[in-house]
Amino acid sequence: MKLTDIFEETYFALSSNKVRSGLTMLGIVIGIGSVIAMVAIGQGAQGTIQSNIEAIGSNLLIVRPGAQRGVGTQVSSGRGSAQTLTVEDAEAIAKNVPEANAVAPEVSGRYQIVGKGTNTNVSVTGTTPDYLAVRNLQIAEGSFVTDQNIRSLSKVVVLGPTVRDDLFGENAENVVGQAVRIRGMEFRIIGITAAKGGGGFGSQDEMAFVPVSSAQKFLTGSDSVSTINVQATDASVMTQAEENITALLLERHRISDPQLADFSIMNQSDIIATASSITETLTMLLAAIAGISLLVGGIGIMNMMLTTVTERTREIGLRKAIGAKKKDINLQFLSEAIMLTFGGGALGIVLGWLISFAFAYFNVLETEISGASVFLAFGVSAFIGIVFGYYPARRAANLNPIEALRYE
Amino acid sequence: MIEVRDVRKTYTTGEVEFEALRGVSFSIKDGEFVAIMGPSGSGKSTLMHILGALDTPTKGKYILDGKDVSTLSDDELADIRRDKIGFVFQAFNLLPRTTVLRNVMLPLVYAEVDGEMRKTKAEQALRAAGLDEEHFIHLSNQLSGGQIQRVAIARALVNDPTLILADEPTGNLDTKTGEIVLGTFQRLNEEYGRTIVLITHEHEIAKHADRIISIRDGKIVEDSGTHARRSAHHRHETY
Repeated sequence: MKLTDIFEETYFALSSNKVRSGLTMLGIVIGIGSVIAMVAIGQGAQGTIQSNIEAIGSNLLIVRPGAQRGVGTQVSSGRGSAQTLTVEDAEAIAKNVPEANAVAPEVSGRYQIVGKGTNTNVSVTGTTPDYLAVRNLQIAEGSFVTDQNIRSLSKVVVLGPTVRDDLFGENAENVVGQAVRIRGMEFRIIGITAAKGGGGFGSQDEMAFVPVSSAQKFLTGSDSVSTINVQATDASVMTQAEENITALLLERHRISDPQLADFSIMNQSDIIATASSITETLTMLLAAIAGISLLVGGIGIMNMMLTTVTERTREIGLRKAIGAKKKDINLQFLSEAIMLTFGGGALGIVLGWLISFAFAYFNVLETEISGASVFLAFGVSAFIGIVFGYYPARRAANLNPIEALRYE
Repeated sequence: MIEVRDVRKTYTTGEVEFEALRGVSFSIKDGEFVAIMGPSGSGKSTLMHILGALDTPTKGKYILDGKDVSTLSDDELADIRRDKIGFVFQAFNLLPRTTVLRNVMLPLVYAEVDGEMRKTKAEQALRAAGLDEEHFIHLSNQLSGGQIQRVAIARALVNDPTLILADEPTGNLDTKTGEIVLGTFQRLNEEYGRTIVLITHEHEIAKHADRIISIRDGKIVEDSGTHARRSAHHRHETY
């Protein structure tokens, strides 16, 4: 029996019972479609989370103070409460750690900012010009905090766009040059940052920035900083940078045992890796659930093929009587099953694409269909055809022609 | 040329043995029209299965065209059926919802005949079986019983087989249509020199053949072959 004849017979058999073939195919369509859509959604979620994390800066190391512990007491006031990090630490890192591309210390606290008849409570961050580079921030209007501002303890402030909106109204113009009051002191607005959207760790649109020296003197009244942001020159040297910073700070703080370090360093690549592993697990979970529907679809194929073989017993008998070999009958029924799963697989890919397109179109999530998942879906559907078509086809091929011809 | 030599067939169900054929011998020359007649349970169906290479004898030899068929494997038997046997069944066994031409071309699919040739051969066979051209593209379920059986005869003819085996071909037809179908067999035998073996339980039908082999309880009880109604000197040519 020629290959073209097998295809023709298969097409003929399937199209002569369109409703049943279609319904059987539907199982595979839904199975493959949901696998593709779920994987696309999972990968989309991973991409979104990753870009959110990267939006807070790239190759970022965040140095935070450790717990403060009184001499001779076991009472800890919790991580981040110690006032051990200083602007000088930040300067030392910039000077001595070759992997540090930019260093921005940060002093932050929440304060009431008062405008003309309006006020709002925002996180005010005292920092240095490097902050822009380190945290991927851009200036929309005016300028950011300068070294000159820091040296001269200027009472200047850079507002996030949301803060500007809250104080001066939606998209208010000519805000630069106006004054606001923080803790009763007048600060001149020198710039507005560009809108960035929600980040993973609180939106920078809702912050205000002042020179680090001014923040320490006028707002916190302390010499310590709450965070030192360090941007490494390259993703590959982040671990190296982390080790160097640790060594440097231990030495500066005169701590010999690293276990007792009064600071901790958070590595951005660690955060990304953690988030990725979470989303990967999530993707796998979704794909596994979708895989179950694929399995059910495959069983549907087997069920239909078994029914078909029973129904067409006489036809099988006749085919054998006119010279069909076992192999011919086997191939014919196997190819019917494979054609069903392949057709279902192709439609399923379209369905999966439509679902993920709809997700992206309605802005639920950026989805991405990977070529690998499409390829895999095709492979899996053919495989299911073979697995679930094998038994019915073998049953058909092994029918005794005499009994098959007599079958009522 | 068909030779059946002391063929025996025993069926075993559990511990019970049943001998369906108990030593049957005869030979059929090319171009003969033979009826194998016997009541149900006589073993005529078993004999037909062996003649049609659907089954092999437990003992004895069946030689078709000089080849011993009795010891072949399943696949080799399939080849014999494809090349040398044409079946006509009581229940017609056409593919449902399928055109007449496609039904007749089916054996050629397994013989791997080329596409164009298939159609030519199928049309020839249908004409030889006496079906009007207008029915060629009809679906098998749009035809009458007599027409269906002629399509089945054409399907049996299309591979140019050594032997056409007809198993109660008129069993599902009324007498008048049955006569027409039997006439078709006679014509194929006389005009085209086809070797035909007709299996039936009715003498009325068997008498259309030139020679009647009567079988009962697995044995031949009478073979009219020695005093044939007509001498078998048919023209031997393809239709």
